[in-house]
Amino acid sequence: MIYLQIAANGLVLGGLYACIAVGFSLVWGVLNVINILHGSFIVLGSYVALFAYSYLGIHPFISTVIAGAVLYALGYALQAGIINRVVMAPVLITLTLTFGLDLILNNAMLAAFTADYQAVNLAHPLGVVQLGPVFLPGDRLAAMVLALLLTMLLYRLLRDSRIGRAIVAVRMDRDAAALMGVEVPRINAITFAAGAFMAGAAGALLSIIFPISPLNGPLFLGKAFVVCVLGGLGSVPGAMLGGLVLGVVESFSSYWFGPEHAVTLSFALLLVLLFVRPSGLMGRRGYE
Amino acid sequence: MRTWLVLFVIVLLLAMLPLVGDNYLLRLATTVCMYAVLAQSWNFIGGLAGYPSFATAAFFGIGAYTSAIMQNYGAPIVLGWGSAGLVAMIFAAFIGGAILHLRGHYFAIASLVLAEMLREIINGMPDFAGGGKGLNLPILPISVTAQAQFFFYAMLGLALVCTATAIVIHRSKLGFSLRCIQQNEDAANILGLNTYAYKTAAFSLSAVFVGFAGAIYASWVSYIEPPDVFDVLISVKPMVMVLLGGLGTIFGPALGALILLAFEEVVWRNFLTLHAAALGLIIVVLILFLPNGVLSLWNDWLPRKKPAR
Repeated sequence: MIYLQIAANGLVLGGLYACIAVGFSLVWGVLNVINILHGSFIVLGSYVALFAYSYLGIHPFISTVIAGAVLYALGYALQAGIINRVVMAPVLITLTLTFGLDLILNNAMLAAFTADYQAVNLAHPLGVVQLGPVFLPGDRLAAMVLALLLTMLLYRLLRDSRIGRAIVAVRMDRDAAALMGVEVPRINAITFAAGAFMAGAAGALLSIIFPISPLNGPLFLGKAFVVCVLGGLGSVPGAMLGGLVLGVVESFSSYWFGPEHAVTLSFALLLVLLFVRPSGLMGRRGYE
Repeated sequence: MRTWLVLFVIVLLLAMLPLVGDNYLLRLATTVCMYAVLAQSWNFIGGLAGYPSFATAAFFGIGAYTSAIMQNYGAPIVLGWGSAGLVAMIFAAFIGGAILHLRGHYFAIASLVLAEMLREIINGMPDFAGGGKGLNLPILPISVTAQAQFFFYAMLGLALVCTATAIVIHRSKLGFSLRCIQQNEDAANILGLNTYAYKTAAFSLSAVFVGFAGAIYASWVSYIEPPDVFDVLISVKPMVMVLLGGLGTIFGPALGALILLAFEEVVWRNFLTLHAAALGLIIVVLILFLPNGVLSLWNDWLPRKKPAR
């Protein structure tokens, strides 16, 4: 029965990974920009939730919206003000630019919040939920459900809203979208901001599970890489599947090989996958 | 011919530095030479072939650890340094074969993950490689000043060899092919270039000198640990230097190394806790306002006699 428990733990973790990665995947797919800032965005979202809880008593589940809104504003400003100027430049340029921005943001967070690990200690935790033979902490389970709901919401927005259709149009063909009257720079900014929103919301959800520190940024970014490569680029269902697969794989490999090798294994998985199937488990071939 | 002359004069001037400078200046000069090696090496794959490689830190760490482990098992320093470059090159040839069919972002991510993975692997090998505790290296039994000079000349020699190789490569068929790959890889392929072989060669070339540099660095600081030699900034700084100096040029990387180090030194002295942000700022300003490097300013000033190579 231990395997059922491990699988359940993996799925809970995987739901959160999906939420971490979906914004990153969206930005990559639509803007063709690898957003190195994504890890720091998540950490910033966690800090918003931490401060909202300790000063105002707002539960982290509610501050997903607040953290998301804060990051949305930051993301919009960054894309409209800086990244849009070079968004058509080669990979090297955009990648290095977001790296530089990440150095600034991460250093600012280190200076403002210090590197000390902090945590949200809920006054009224939800206790443990028993599902047949499997035991799960209620807060984690609720965070995972919220994460999947948010991911689903993004999916519906992309499919059903006017802005969402414009985003998808830009992803498919930037020039054609511009000719059809889509304001591409504005859509770029909204897309980047939406990615940041998801990062902030994920950060708020993660704040009740993981310790919070600017040092965690690269860790989350690494997860986003692996999930995107697993699930294929720019598709929400792909990110969801990739997140769940990564969660389960990490959970089992920690059990079999020890948790210290979980990161190595997930990166090895990434390299092998890039080698055999660069378009991801659900990706379309030739759609780079 | 003129290029060789410039190289010769620069190296000659630098070689006389120990006559006038103190150990602090020597330390800075050693770092400049190391940065120049890293930047020049990255230029092979990133500048010429146009592949955004983040693997520099992986090669650097492999070089440092190969040499350190061998010396801890009793190998002489020369053997340690020599194998470091070779091991890094073999690693690059192997990995390059696996990831060079990827393009753009996928290649960038795959190469970025290499150093992360190696760091975790070394962390998980406490008995063989010291794990998270790091490794000590034997300290040379000579005076502090003699050590400073020794490592300076070692790094300078490496920078010289690396730059000379770059000059040869830039003018060879390999350099020409790599530029073709950068401009249009599919077209190069159709015209009968074995792009895969050329890319692998460029990737291996970008590893060998970095491996040597890692080994010299390890002996120089005499203590290494995974977060130090597999630091992602080791991968990013060479790109910044090359972008500063000018992509795909010969002396651009060395010039970029000098500018970046001067900048870092000022920042380290005055704003110790903000040095990462300062590096970030320089990257942002560079990309937004000087996308062709500092040398482009020079070219804009001078009336053009002939198109720059």
